[in-house]
Amino acid sequence: MLGLIHESNFQNKGVSKVSKTKSGVVSGRSAWGLVWFRFKKNKLAMCGLFMLAIMMLAILLAPLYVDYDLVYKQRIVDKFQAPGAEHIFGTDQFGRDLFARIIYGGRISLFVGLAVVGISFVTGCALGGIAGYFGGVVDQVIMRIVDMFMAVPAILLSMAVVAALGNGTDKMLIALSVSQTPRFTRVVRSSIMTLRNQEFVEAAKCCGTSSARIIFKHILPNGIGPVIVSATLTLGQVILSIASLGFLGIGVASPTPEWGTILSENKAYIRYYPYLGLLPGGCIALSVMAINFIGDGLRDALDPRMKN
Amino acid sequence: MAEQKKENLLEIRDLRVQYNTDDAVVHALNGFSLSMKKGENLGLVGETGAGKSTMALSIMRLLPAKVGEITGGSILYDGIDVVHAPESEMQKLRGERISMIFQDPMTSLNPVLTVGKQILEVLELHFPKMDHEEKNRRVDKMLQLVGISPDRKNEYPHQFSGGMKQRIVIAMALIAEPELLLADEPTTALDVTIQAQILELVRGLKEKFNTAMILITHDLGVVNEVCDNVAIVYGGEVIESGSIDEVYSRVKNHPYTDGLFKSIPDLETNAARLQPIPGHMVDPTNLPIGCKFAQRCQHCSERCRTEAPRLHRVNSTHFIKCHMFEEDTCHG
Repeated sequence: MLGLIHESNFQNKGVSKVSKTKSGVVSGRSAWGLVWFRFKKNKLAMCGLFMLAIMMLAILLAPLYVDYDLVYKQRIVDKFQAPGAEHIFGTDQFGRDLFARIIYGGRISLFVGLAVVGISFVTGCALGGIAGYFGGVVDQVIMRIVDMFMAVPAILLSMAVVAALGNGTDKMLIALSVSQTPRFTRVVRSSIMTLRNQEFVEAAKCCGTSSARIIFKHILPNGIGPVIVSATLTLGQVILSIASLGFLGIGVASPTPEWGTILSENKAYIRYYPYLGLLPGGCIALSVMAINFIGDGLRDALDPRMKN
Repeated sequence: MAEQKKENLLEIRDLRVQYNTDDAVVHALNGFSLSMKKGENLGLVGETGAGKSTMALSIMRLLPAKVGEITGGSILYDGIDVVHAPESEMQKLRGERISMIFQDPMTSLNPVLTVGKQILEVLELHFPKMDHEEKNRRVDKMLQLVGISPDRKNEYPHQFSGGMKQRIVIAMALIAEPELLLADEPTTALDVTIQAQILELVRGLKEKFNTAMILITHDLGVVNEVCDNVAIVYGGEVIESGSIDEVYSRVKNHPYTDGLFKSIPDLETNAARLQPIPGHMVDPTNLPIGCKFAQRCQHCSERCRTEAPRLHRVNSTHFIKCHMFEEDTCHG
């Protein structure tokens, strides 16, 4: 008898627990938990995240399974070997292992690319947020400076920065960040300007909220969608810019591997040995695509109105 | 004088506000005067464009930057000179001592923050030392008071109906227990049944927290239900003010107030048509020299067109700004 009561009690508990979680699907999570919950439901975005995670892991853990010496070791006798058992991705004109070069090259392409987008994203949000929210003189000053940077082609601007600071991966990072920031500033500013006159901003002011808090807590999260999409598109462009700069002998120069540099080294032989172009090019395309998927998913997940 | 200062929570004297637009200067408030005691319920009635919302924004000093400008007069809030106070002091005032309910609850909540967060933020801003548990407890209690289950505080504004959103806005406005609540047409965007609920809620909470309230509306019926005193606004100035009984008894009224009453349908009389007030609101970019209501007034005389009327005293609490009541001044 006692056991029965005990059991029914237990069952009751179980039922109430289930119903609680069922009704609390939405309310039981933190804000970021909710974003993740919605992101998870987007198959394409999860696929992108999975692809990017694998690439990142492969690149980060490279020293565990590929010898760094292979990146530079030339064996002319082994040149232009098609992908096979000995060289998974084949070899290039100097008989260097393409797999090793791509894996180690990813460190620069992917991580410098991400860093550039990250830096220009943050500075762009800050500058664009301030310009868009305050308007007037502040806006004029910031936007005219931004216009000056925009008027110069990105490659030329990067060259100028590298010429001023000197050659090197870190200098290239600064150069590219400077040339990408104006784009973000513009996108952020325009989305802030459409939001700053909304009533909820006025309501926030009525609660005594400071300007900085209004910009970064109330307005930016509302307008971040287009900025995130723009960031993912920019990443692809930055990876290509790194390649272009490498080609021009600024930043990463051959023989240091980097996806763009590998591509330009091999460009003369692509017609006869297509894998030389397809493999590094495929890496660029795959990573950019994965990041675009993630960007789309993030945009939807960050917008609570898209939840249902 | 000192005694009066102590007693009055809000004292607006001859306030002048203009909007400098590209085309013209819009004179929104022209010598607006008002005084309010602690815990008082004041209804501010007027047509669209009379300057009611401008007045509310002036008290908060949130007139649109660079466009809106206070050109004269003073606003004293509990001894604080609102017109000249530093911005930091205003930020402390807003939300903690004066708060505002907006007309449209659909747009006055931030769509990407949960409602609980938005209510909590007011506490975070004004009571940074309060511990987190206590803040959350207060948010829950407030939500319960406005009739929303605290379980829903992690939901977003779009998951609530219009009436519930307005309840949340009210919770936000009252969480810091302000002394003055500015309700700018809080029920205009809601349907009639919800309107009654919201008004009942506001009235109940106001009494609970002993908050003074300025209810801005164009509905004389709403004012009658909720307020103790009423001020009728026309062309950016108060043309009549008094207690509800004095104004609604309709013994002595400004011709404009009279017109407002006549344009309300009455269940008891058998009128076929309502009597609207002829003409339009005075053009705030081009104000007449004399009485602002002169063009629409049935009792308009030559004097009305050339000389602006002063505020005449019907009795100690009832004031009318019209030449017709000049003789009353002597008695008062």
